[in-house]
Amino acid sequence: MSIERQEIEKLATLSRIAINESTITEVSQRLSSVLGLVDQLQAVNTEGVDAMSHPMQATQRLREDEVTELNQREALQATAPETEDGLFLVPKVIE
Amino acid sequence: MSWDTVIGLEIHVQLATKTKIFSGASTAYGAEPNTQACAIDLAMPGTLPVLNKQAVNYAIMFGLAIDAEIGQVSAFERKNYFYPDLPKGYQTTQLEKPIVGRGNVEIQLADGSTKNVRIHHAHLEEDAGKSLHEGNFSSKFSGIDLNRAGTPLIEIVSEPDMNNAEEAIAFAKKIHSIVTSLGICDGEMSQGSMRFDVNVSVKPSGTDILGTRTETKNLNSFKFMEEAIKREVERQIDVIEDGGAIVQETRLYNGETKVARSMRSKEEANDYRYFPCPDLLPVIVSDEQVAELRRNLPELPDARQARFTQQYNLSDYDAGILSSDAAMAKYFEAAASTCSDAKLAANWTIGELSARLNSEDLSITNSPVSAQQLAGLITRIADNSISGKMAKEVFEGIWAGEGSADEIIEARGLKQVSDSGALEQMVADVLAANQTMVDDYINTDEAKRKKKLGGFMGQIMKASKGQANPQQVNQILAKKLNELL
Repeated sequence: MSIERQEIEKLATLSRIAINESTITEVSQRLSSVLGLVDQLQAVNTEGVDAMSHPMQATQRLREDEVTELNQREALQATAPETEDGLFLVPKVIE
Repeated sequence: MSWDTVIGLEIHVQLATKTKIFSGASTAYGAEPNTQACAIDLAMPGTLPVLNKQAVNYAIMFGLAIDAEIGQVSAFERKNYFYPDLPKGYQTTQLEKPIVGRGNVEIQLADGSTKNVRIHHAHLEEDAGKSLHEGNFSSKFSGIDLNRAGTPLIEIVSEPDMNNAEEAIAFAKKIHSIVTSLGICDGEMSQGSMRFDVNVSVKPSGTDILGTRTETKNLNSFKFMEEAIKREVERQIDVIEDGGAIVQETRLYNGETKVARSMRSKEEANDYRYFPCPDLLPVIVSDEQVAELRRNLPELPDARQARFTQQYNLSDYDAGILSSDAAMAKYFEAAASTCSDAKLAANWTIGELSARLNSEDLSITNSPVSAQQLAGLITRIADNSISGKMAKEVFEGIWAGEGSADEIIEARGLKQVSDSGALEQMVADVLAANQTMVDDYINTDEAKRKKKLGGFMGQIMKASKGQANPQQVNQILAKKLNELL
């Protein structure tokens, strides 16, 4: 199965990833080869086999509902490009 | 042509846990921006989520309350979309194996009838942060506060079983009542603790094929929800009757301007590329855990309503109002048990108190008049120390923080005069001072005399500065006038 140029562009938009015009062909070929692998897997008969959400035979451990993380805003915002009044600033997201 | 309306709801309920669903950061409301957002909530590289046990328990409790199947194995998926208040680039949610399966909720309607609304499922997920578009920063920017990011939610998805705004509101209120009674949500709508997405479509009356639906998102009050539904139904009918077609889209309703606008149409969004979250293992719920939660399930609104009608001899209607809100029910029971007149306690809680709280936009847990203080007031009404009119004055005094009912009655000299000797004297004095009125009364036809009593009553109440017990005065007056005939 091959992946069309249009689909690459749509995925790039949804993921907010810029893909250079000159690399689209290469990206398309790489993704197509991954999908080829998936095609092979899909050919296997899985009738009667439950879908697996995780490869390990383990179950989720749960946490007690106790506050363990205290305010570390200063440290966490040290690497942020822009902050003001404790807010992270990002390019305006509303028209 | 007449139309049928079809409505389904998706309800986001913030769970009242102390910490986030996947981290140990606090969920307390109203903190300084980003002081409750830890490395996990910020999606720092290398962090891993660990699921909050209480969030799982709360979700199971909701499932038990609506008689739903509890998923013995449930799993988390990633719902991918890009928005700056979602640092991971995906919301961790449940799709294929939600924790709560099909259930049922019975709603009561104004005409006394009931209706069953089916719940399709309810799943656990995390809330996003908040974007602020105005503030102490350049207009090129939006400000992001991630304190809310990772707050546990259950999303409750109904079947499209409602046919008008009234039913949708009744359903939304019932869910509010259930989750607050369970204590799994604080129910504070103004703080966004419950948010409603409404799916609406219309179809020609009597036909089976559903019309195209629209989704109006993020309604956070029952009033806005009602307005949004009514307007959307009108809009859809207008579009169709004008020969147009409804476009499947997401809309936003602005409660202040009362205008809804299209947010995005289906084709440009909703490509969420769900896949199982590799950071979280399947969640196994044991039979013992479910049995334990079922044993400790708090009283639910329907059971409480039935108990109130029996235990306190209240009408279905009064019991329904009092039991629908867990905090109000608790307040009423505290008042009723200290004042021994449950009917009066119910009337005052539903009437004067609720009206006053509403007008000041306060919740009953923040009432300036405590249940004990209200009980003190009711005791004085019940033993005829004060009239209904004085009671309102005393209530205002308690509200203003002037003390207990007895203190205010004493300080303001409001005590009702019920001493029959004093009242007899008062009536006799007024009759003696108003001979013309007495003559007029005697000369009036018997059938019309009753109307003349009001004049005497007015004089007596005035003489007593409003403190005479009106029922007693009435009796004494009738007796004395009869003697003069």
